[in-house]
Amino acid sequence: MPAAGIVLIATVVLIVLVLVFYLVSTILALRKIATGLNDTIAAVGEIIEKTEPVGGVVTAINEQLDAAVDALEGLLVKKAGLVDAVGLVDGLYPGAAAHGLRNFEQSGDITPPRIGEVYTKGTLTLARLGREAPIAALSPNGPALRNTTYGSGAARELYPEIRQTRPERMPRSPVIGTDAPVQYEPTDEPGVRRRMPANGQPTTERTPSADAGTV
Amino acid sequence: MTLWWIGDLVLLLVVAPVVVILLHGVLKEARGIVPSIEQIRGAARAGSKDLDAVPLLLTTQDQVTQTVAGVADYGKSLDVILDDA
Repeated sequence: MPAAGIVLIATVVLIVLVLVFYLVSTILALRKIATGLNDTIAAVGEIIEKTEPVGGVVTAINEQLDAAVDALEGLLVKKAGLVDAVGLVDGLYPGAAAHGLRNFEQSGDITPPRIGEVYTKGTLTLARLGREAPIAALSPNGPALRNTTYGSGAARELYPEIRQTRPERMPRSPVIGTDAPVQYEPTDEPGVRRRMPANGQPTTERTPSADAGTV
Repeated sequence: MTLWWIGDLVLLLVVAPVVVILLHGVLKEARGIVPSIEQIRGAARAGSKDLDAVPLLLTTQDQVTQTVAGVADYGKSLDVILDDA
């Protein structure tokens, strides 16, 4: 065989080896890609499956919230009037009046009145419902809802029974100091007296709590 | 014989380098895709895991329904006890 033929064969073999090396490497890389894509497709399938009910649920939630907003907005306008409603909204959220109320298109053109932290009209109305508010007696729309004469009884009922019955004498608070009727000496250890008080027994007017410890 | 040598030279100096260059380019691009695929797989898995909380939306829907019903009741009460403007 001539030398040229040997060189030709060697060259072809070399090219084939190079082809094999690169093609095998490419195949391995493509296998990694295919595996990764399979995992990705599986994960994307899970995402699609999990997000399937989201649209309906979110739509239902938005519909319910829209209905609530509509109702509250309508109630606010009904009770405060459109102008005051815009002013109240703008007082809570400065600049919100420019957008107006959602269901009242003309509300965007209203110049919001300056309503401070206390809404007088609302205060008076709510005071009518209050138990202890003195302003309740001056409600402009009808009589006060609370009993203005015996209104404190409701608050007194919150205290223990002994104060509600208004007893003739209530236990006195303990008297302390150098001129107290009962003098105690400091103890050496908590709960143990050196001796009983020098000037007699405690009176019945004193509360048990005054005699229980040292003063 | 001279043609044989010319053919050998063409194979060695032209065909073989072209083959190597082309295959190297293909392999380089294929390997360049692998990290991107790994990142996409990680992101998809993380996204799927994040969506495990989606069923809680049903609880949220129930809560919103109850809350809106409560607000409606309050609104009805306020409508009764407060005077209109």
